[in-house]
This record gives sequence, structure tokens and C-alpha cells, in this order.
Amino acid sequence: MPYETDYTNQGFTKVGTRVNRPDGVDKVTGRAKYGADANAAGQLVGRVLRSPHAHALITKIDTSKAEKLPGVKAVLTGKDFPDLTGGNRGLMDILENCMARGRALYDGHAVAAVAAIDADTANKALKLIKVTYKQLPHVTDVDEAIKPSAPIIHDWVRTAGVTPAPTTASNVAQRSEFGHGDVDAGFAQADVIIEKSFKTEQTHQGYIEPHACLATLGPDGSGELWVTTQGHFTFRNVCASLLGLEVAKLKVTSSEIGGGFGGKTHVWTEPVALQLSRKANRPVKLVMSRDEVFRATGPTSSTSVDVKIGAKRNGKITAATAELRYQSGAFPGMWAMFGAMTSFACYDLKNVKSVGFDVLVNRPKVAAYRAPSAPMAAFAVESVVDMLAAEIGMDAVDFRIKNAAKKGTKASYGPVYGPIGIGPTLDAVKNHPHMKRKLGKNQGRGVACGFWFNFGGQTCTDLNIGVDGSVNLTVGTVDVGGSRASLALIAAEELGIDYEQVRVTIGDTNSLGHNDTTEGSRGTFSSGMATIFAARNAVEVLKQRAAATWDIPVEQVVWEAGEARAKGKQNNNLPPLSLKEIAAKSPRTGGPIAGHNEVVADGAGVSFASHMCDVEVDPETGATKILRYTVVQDAGKAIHPDYVEGQFQGGAAQGIGWALNEEYIYGDDGRLQNAGFLDYRIPVCSDLPFIDTQILEIPNPNHPYGVRGVGETSIVPPLAAIGNAVSNAVGVRMTHVPMSPPRILKAIEDGQA
Amino acid sequence: MNGVTVSAKVNGDAVQYVCPADESLLDVLRNRLNLTGVKEGCGTGDCGACSITLDGRLVCACLVLGAEAEGREIGTVEGLSEGGKLHPLQEEFIEKAALQCGICTPGFLVAAKSLLERNPNPTEEEIRYALAGNLCRCTGYDKIVRAVQSAAKIMRRGKKAAR
Amino acid sequence: MEVQLSGILSQAAGGARCVACTGATIGELLQSLVLQYPEMQMHLDDGIAVAVNGEIYRDRRDQPIPSNADVFLLPRIQGG
Repeated sequence: MPYETDYTNQGFTKVGTRVNRPDGVDKVTGRAKYGADANAAGQLVGRVLRSPHAHALITKIDTSKAEKLPGVKAVLTGKDFPDLTGGNRGLMDILENCMARGRALYDGHAVAAVAAIDADTANKALKLIKVTYKQLPHVTDVDEAIKPSAPIIHDWVRTAGVTPAPTTASNVAQRSEFGHGDVDAGFAQADVIIEKSFKTEQTHQGYIEPHACLATLGPDGSGELWVTTQGHFTFRNVCASLLGLEVAKLKVTSSEIGGGFGGKTHVWTEPVALQLSRKANRPVKLVMSRDEVFRATGPTSSTSVDVKIGAKRNGKITAATAELRYQSGAFPGMWAMFGAMTSFACYDLKNVKSVGFDVLVNRPKVAAYRAPSAPMAAFAVESVVDMLAAEIGMDAVDFRIKNAAKKGTKASYGPVYGPIGIGPTLDAVKNHPHMKRKLGKNQGRGVACGFWFNFGGQTCTDLNIGVDGSVNLTVGTVDVGGSRASLALIAAEELGIDYEQVRVTIGDTNSLGHNDTTEGSRGTFSSGMATIFAARNAVEVLKQRAAATWDIPVEQVVWEAGEARAKGKQNNNLPPLSLKEIAAKSPRTGGPIAGHNEVVADGAGVSFASHMCDVEVDPETGATKILRYTVVQDAGKAIHPDYVEGQFQGGAAQGIGWALNEEYIYGDDGRLQNAGFLDYRIPVCSDLPFIDTQILEIPNPNHPYGVRGVGETSIVPPLAAIGNAVSNAVGVRMTHVPMSPPRILKAIEDGQA
Repeated sequence: MNGVTVSAKVNGDAVQYVCPADESLLDVLRNRLNLTGVKEGCGTGDCGACSITLDGRLVCACLVLGAEAEGREIGTVEGLSEGGKLHPLQEEFIEKAALQCGICTPGFLVAAKSLLERNPNPTEEEIRYALAGNLCRCTGYDKIVRAVQSAAKIMRRGKKAAR
Repeated sequence: MEVQLSGILSQAAGGARCVACTGATIGELLQSLVLQYPEMQMHLDDGIAVAVNGEIYRDRRDQPIPSNADVFLLPRIQGG
């Protein structure tokens, strides 16, 4: 165990309460500053020219006319980004995605950029850039891309994970296999075997705030970047590597972030903005349009998955296999690998094998999207689990409970589980009033489970106590959904002071040591852990100051309820010293009082959820209405229950959109046809009911308070839960997400035929 | 620049600005009047992040030209609180944890205020349809609807007390 | 001790799913692994995770490994 933990029967007075968030007033008054809300004196407007073709050689770019346009201060193409990657292929992929290098790889790929005195001039300049393309054959479908006849996206790609190593190029960038036991022997023991293929379409994280930054970079290589990001330290490191800067000379400040969900873990235009600024020697503000966000940033994979599961008549699964094909866009990814790892993670299986294939296509580079890759695998597996339960005549929840993973189970992706929550979430589902509600005509109910790893990572936190006893906590993880409130609660809990006494600041890259990107549900887990240790370090200083004031050994001082108390009969005459009293005297007892902590927050507990969903399908139109939706998830320990519920509800809503409406639609020409919120329809308020939640707390033994990450898992079950509900409502198995009205009507028709 | 000179009222204050004839009111508010509480999520009237009122009517600022505001009254999120006191909707959005990232919040507040002015006692369904033009990607709308319900109740009570 | 390799990591060990290694800490274990299989270095540079008795570690190289521990090398996870 990384840390001594005594989470059981811990009495909390602050943690677990529903306090108002400290940044609430800023955010309801319009004062909070997001990516596009910062300005600098003399700033220019940056704009990016993008390829209209899915795949094309760029034979010539003539920027001379644009450069001559009055008001244009800098024009860039791929040539303006020398290769400083030192042979690091991953970095080169990032660079090439930021700006094409001789070849456009997808509709929307950046090919040139300008900085001009205003938006109008910048837009005119883009039109004056003449790009000569030679179109190449393209492929956008994951199954088409692995056919031998498919155009090869990168001639240098050899399929990794295959022995012996292949010698010819392929669109399959990587094969990853996980599992244990003997699946053939397992299927031989099965009484019933179900095998089915599934498809899911590509979706976007759909954060409401487009990517935006304000970049300043001088000829001396010193610069600043104000940017909406989930990881300003990572952005700093990546931008510095790509542009040949010293890390310490680039100060990156994360603005308030208007949603990320994984899409703001990667750089897109930030290196371009910095390079424009360097060339023009003026600040450059670069804000993406919504069209650019859809065409050129962060979607998740579209997938094609085959699942086969066998079980005994008594309901015990004997073997399970999955083959998962995930497209990663125009650059290699490891998204199918995560799909393969998560696919059977909910179950205790003797014989299991999952194989993932990461596939290149002419689409934008895939980015993480909330529990990346898990929802698609869960859709396929949880659908077959339902079919199998039905086939052997067992209740679908009982079937899951019988096969659920538990403490000591060897996970399908390798390690052995500690205490986990899949069983308890299923028990909660079984006993939930939702399951007893009567269903009417054309209505159906679905249940599904989901898993996500969670992780911690590098974290660095400062806690400073002011002379008036107020506390400034500086963290390096970004507040994506209320974590300031949770971290202030934790600091207040440790110090024994009022929540309102703590102010949490997100530190820029020059005020703290490195912090990993706020991803993997790590914000409250890891910064919470670092806050606890920073506060405990501060308490040690507080005790020393009290001991010095009393002139007694520090061993005789304890910290209780926000004050130093002198222990032992000989000290009975010493009244306690509060944090405020010690802080007030600090200038004369040794100076400022602070606690610091840097930690690799390992030991993030895995997370499980089970969802219930009731739908009504209109057999005339194929439209689906969500009648009821309930999320049950293990949070380890809910620091701020409101924001834990919020994560459950938000993930469920994104999953509902994915299940029913959202998809990237590509034409035969390889162009994205619905790059806007009108045609890429995310759920609106009138699409949804209230989303009920139940928080379970199965403590994570590796966190002092038992915290597990909660942000991501909630998006994993919805595709399958709704798939099962719709299938039950229409009497036909749904195998293609999104289950849009035309697809449902077609499934009904095909089912009747 | 072929500018148009415009005189209008924003949150009760008289303003004057010069903007190109084709510049959106959203860009005017954000870039010329520094009212960055008005957010841009799409620029095509699909997300509602730039919701404002124009002579009391709820509109997307990105779909209105700056030149069209001549002589009219504009209301933005910055005008919601009076003096040091937050509007009940603002209070309840904080109290009910109705925001996560907060980028859509200004638009929701303006749209909800407009709804409650027209209908002080809306049903859940009326709230959901009135706010269907405002996209939120974080919350699943659950706590937003509850915050509007709660603010409506408080405002009705306030009106009764005032009578 | 026996170290189990998953996914693409086994390719670096010539396709072996399970290899013998020595080391009292994660750092020593990885060193021993690279000595035997130099191709593994590329994956270590990209980032991996080590599961010791079910506990997943990403960056803590000084983490002790008990004798007879169940050790599993995994690719590093990304999140959203």
C-alpha cells in the first residue's frame, strides 16, 4: 500500500457536505474568464486554412498574395515548423496534425495559418492563399480501411504487436491482445453461445467552448500562453518540444475551461498560435469556429466489434471473446487497445480473450473522450450479455450478478482486483424502485454495466496560510466541474477550519511543479491526495510554532479541531492556540506558514457503474423517448455529493446523445457533412428526464479518504443500457449506434421480414 | 472600415459604438463593449451561449447584427444582479450546483429569466422546452431545471410578499 | 520472479506472454527487463504501468515488489 490508510469509520465534518462552489459568483455573473475572454495590447487575430479534401498531396502553397495584403503580419505553412522532434514519432504526429507537411490527411487538416490586425483581414488573407492539391484515394470507414484494397494512409506504418514483425505497410497500426485461460475449452463447456457484431459511429466530446488561446512568443524564446486546456503543464511541455523552447521560459495559464471531456488534453492550434506570434512578434489570439472544432479536433473512434460469449444453463459464463476494430483517425492511436482492456472488465471470467485493432482512416486524429474506448466495447458486450441471459431464461440483472467480478478476481486485462463496486452497484439496481415501475406499450427497460480504470499521476500542490488565518490552496489540476469546492473541503477538513476560509487557485506552470493533465478522473483523486499531505505538512509547522510559543517540546503538541493543544498534565495551564492565532503571530515566530506536497498519486481505484433506463419507441417514426434513467456508481468517497451526482448525470446525458442521435456523417467525398450543432444534435433539455442517481461508497484503500475517480465511468453503460431498452421495446436486437429513427425503423422492418 | 455608428442601451446604460455593417452583435458586445459574459459556442444560433434580450425579447446575439441594435435595449448576464445582490436565478444556480464548467451558464440565466418573466410558474415540461435552445454538455440539465424551479418559487414568494 | 506481459509489450519480448525477471523494486525490474529485451525501452519511454498484486503504478520506480508478487506489465492508460 502506498500510504497508511484508515478510511474506515473516519468521521468527516466538512467532506461530504454540499457547500456552494467558490467560483460560483464569477460564473453566474459572466466574470469568469474562459479561453476566448482574454486580450492583450496589440494582439492579432489568428486564423487557420484547412484542407477541403479527405486525402491529398499538397503540391504547392502560394502565400505571396496573402503576405502582401495590408494588415497581415504573419503567414505560416508546414515549412515554418522545422522538425525538432528528434525522431520521436509521437511528437511528429502531433506536429503534423497541427499543420500538414506536404499531405492533407483529412477534411479539416490545417494547411496554413495567418495572423492579421483584425478578423476581416485574416479571413481575406486565407482566401488569398493558393493551395494546389493532388487528390489521393481516401477511406473513412473502419471496416473498409482494413481491407487489402484500401488506400494506405501512412506508408511507414507496420502493424505493431504482431510476431514476427510485418514488413509491409498497413492501416492497422497496432494489434493488442488481452485475456487468460483457454477460450476454446471454455466454449466447449457452454450450453448456449451467442455471437454478434456491432457498430458505433464517431462522436465528438461536444464541449460548448471552442478551443481558444492567446499566445505571445518573443524572438528571445520567452513566451506566455493563455489557453483553455485540461493540462497546461502538458501543453507547455509539448509546445516547447515542438517549437524548440526552454520549458521554463514558456508560461502557460489555464483559463476557465468550458468543457473538455478529454478533447482538451491534446494541443491543436496552440503551437500554431505561438509560432504566428513569434513570426509577427505580437500577441496572437486564435479561437476556433464550431465548424473547425468538429472537423479538426478530438472526436472519439467509430468502431466495429464482434463479441462471442458462452454460458452454462445455470448462468455461469464459461468463455468470452471480442474482436474490436477502432479507427484512430489519420494518426496511430491505442484506442482499440483500451477497448480490448475494458471490454470484459466487469466480469469474473476463467477463459477470456479480447483483441483490439487500431485502424487508420482519413478522419481527424482521435482524442480521448471520457473513459475513452470503453462505451463502444460495453455496448457490444452488454448487449450480448442481455441476449445470453434471455436465451437461458434468466433475469438479466441476476445473470450479471452471478458473473460479476469481485475482490480477488483476475481482471480480463491482467491484474487482480482489490475491493471493487460492480457487485454492489448491481445489487442496488436489483433493489431499486426504478426496476419495479410498470412499463406500457412500446416501452422497454434496459440495464448495463460499465468500467473505467481511473488513474492518478504527477501532482504538485501548495498550501499557504495568510496572517489572518485564511488559506490559499494552489493546485495544478484544472477545475473541470467543481473540483475547487471539493479541494477546499478537503483542506478545511484537514486543518479543522471553515470551508469559507479556504480559497483554491489553479496555479499556472510557473507557480507549481509539473502536474499531469486533468484526465482519467484524476482531478479530485490526485489533487485531493496532494492537498491532504500539503495540509498535514502545514499542520506540522503550525504545531512547531505553537510549541515554540509555549516553549515546550513539539511532541507534546497535537492538532485537533483547528487548534494546537498542549498535551500532558504539566501543560494544563496552556490554553489552545487556534490556526488564526498562530497565523497572526507567524511573522515573529519564523515567517510564513505553508505546506507543500509533490506526489505521484498512484493507486487510483477502479470504478464501476450500473445504469437502468426505460424508453418508449414510436413505431411510426422510430423516435425514442427516454422515460426514466438511473445511475448507480461507486465513488469510493463522495467529497462533494452535488458534483459527484453532476458527473453521473452529465456522463449519462452524453451517453444518451451517443446512443440515440450523435454521429459524424461523411459523404463519399470523404467530407464531414454535419460539422455544426444543428446537424450534429447533442441532447437538449427537452430530450431528457431528470436523471436519478445513487452514490455508493466502497472506499479505495489507496486514498486517505477512500476517494475513487468519478468523472468518466458514467458514460460507459448508456449505449448498452439504451440499446437493451430499445431492443426490449421493439423486439429486435439493435446493433448499430446511434439508434437514430431511420435505423430503428429499418431494424423493425428487417425484423418483421 | 466602413463603420456604422450605433447608439443603444446595454443593461440600462447608454452606449455608443462604431462597427462594420456585417459585424454581429455578439462580436460587438464581446470585443467592443468588453461584455465577455456573453459566450460564443457556435456562431450559428444553435447553442444559446450568447443568449441576450433585445427590447425584452430573447435572441442569440450571434444572429443579430451590431447595426440592428440602434435605439434598442440590450440585456446581458452582466445586468442580472442588481447592485450587490444576485438575481434569484443566479443564487439558485450556485445553490443547486446547476453548473459544472459554467460556459453555458450566462445563456441559461438570460433564457430562464426571460421565461420566468413570461411565465412565473412554469411546469417542468415548460422549463425544458423554454431552455431547449441552450446547450449544456456537462450537467444533463437535471440540476439546471431544478434550479429554475426553485428560483421561480422564490420569485413568486417575493412577489407575494411585495404585494 | 515471473512478469506477465500484455498487449504490444509481449512483442518486444519476442512474443512471450511471461518472462523471468529480477528486481526488488519496479525500477530494478524494468532495468532487468530492458537488459534482456532492449526493444522494451521504446515502450518504457512511451510510458507503461506495472500492476503489483493488483495495484497499478505508473511512475513510482522505487515501489518495492514483494517476493512471489503477481506482476503484470500494462500499457499506460489515457483518460478523458
